[in-house]
Amino acid sequence: MEFFEAISAKFNYWIYVIIMMIGLYAMIAKTNMVKKLIGMSVFQTAIILFYVSIGVKDGATIPILYHDQVHAGHHHDDHAHNGEHYDTPHGTDHEADEYGYPSRHAPDVVIDGDDFANPLVHVLMLTAIVVGVSTLGVGLAITQKLHREFGTIEENEIHDMIKSGK
Amino acid sequence: MKSLALISVVITGWLLLSAVGDFPDWGDPNSPANSYRLSQHFVTETFHETAVPNMVTAVLADYRGYDTMFETVVIFTAGIAIISILRRFTSDGADAGTEKVYEKRPDLIVDTTCRLMIPIIQLFALYVIAHGHHSPGGGFQGGVIFGASFILIALSRDLQAAHKWVPEQRVLNLAGIGILIYAGFGLASMFLGQNFLDYAILHKIMPASPIEARYHSMLGVEIGVAFTVTAIMYSIYSNLASKGTMKEGL
Repeated sequence: MEFFEAISAKFNYWIYVIIMMIGLYAMIAKTNMVKKLIGMSVFQTAIILFYVSIGVKDGATIPILYHDQVHAGHHHDDHAHNGEHYDTPHGTDHEADEYGYPSRHAPDVVIDGDDFANPLVHVLMLTAIVVGVSTLGVGLAITQKLHREFGTIEENEIHDMIKSGK
Repeated sequence: MKSLALISVVITGWLLLSAVGDFPDWGDPNSPANSYRLSQHFVTETFHETAVPNMVTAVLADYRGYDTMFETVVIFTAGIAIISILRRFTSDGADAGTEKVYEKRPDLIVDTTCRLMIPIIQLFALYVIAHGHHSPGGGFQGGVIFGASFILIALSRDLQAAHKWVPEQRVLNLAGIGILIYAGFGLASMFLGQNFLDYAILHKIMPASPIEARYHSMLGVEIGVAFTVTAIMYSIYSNLASKGTMKEGL
């Protein structure tokens, strides 16, 4: 029973390892180039799952502020615009940073760090998705070029053709 | 070969699974990744520093602006690579392409549905780009949706029909313009005396406070990203679907 509890507390890692093994096996063992590329995509998906699951916090929501919080901030901002010009950075409730900019936009909005999921992993995985799309596109293009040259996308057949001098 | 692959995959999986015990539990707010002060700073201070409620957009376009700029360059490079790998220029078929539009009369239901859907898809794409500060979205997502609308034209009618809207020349220009918009914001802040991509200084040429300048500059660079992504997504599709001839799609 303890064994199952230990697994269920970390089930995201188990799933990512299993998906990654599927992708890795497809990349190594399959001879069809398109299947290899599918394996690569599955592999990337596993990494994305790994990262995003690290950023999860219990009881937290997506890393976008609630409407109420934003509204409070903008309301305060409008007030500050009417009251004082922003070119005077040393306002009453504005601390200034090293460049003289007011460093705090809405000091009365309190944001609890545990209310929102970790945004950093989401950004990193957005990068990974984009790079994944790019590599997949280039991979498909190379596969199509190989098919044009050799008439097949099976790796072993292409090897045989190259060995026998086409 | 297959048994060898299976053995190596199982060994890799076993090594990874043996390390699982050291990882933090699912949803642990005090895990190293979640309690690290950089992540905490992004959650608690992003709104105060940039006025953007969507922290992912703010981190993507402002704090990690370099990363995103060269991410856009990666997409651009992928598009260029695909064109240079696949594109074939044949001299004989210069006029054959234009006739094909009327040869393949599209299905009435498919054509009408796509006519109705494509403007809505494009409007939604613009919404996703422009509203990326307040809701899930941004340049990459909106750009992909916008590119998908052109791909839908090419799928439902013919590749030539889509080429009326996005000819090859224009695709490459758009992709370049996108990166230039992004780099332009960086260079503008550099010429005004701050670091590359430090948008706060742009309040000198924008009718906005420094914090709002960061907010609006993020929208600007997202638009640049959307240009590049739209163009390259369509370029990848049209090259792959027409086998590099750019005449007849799927």
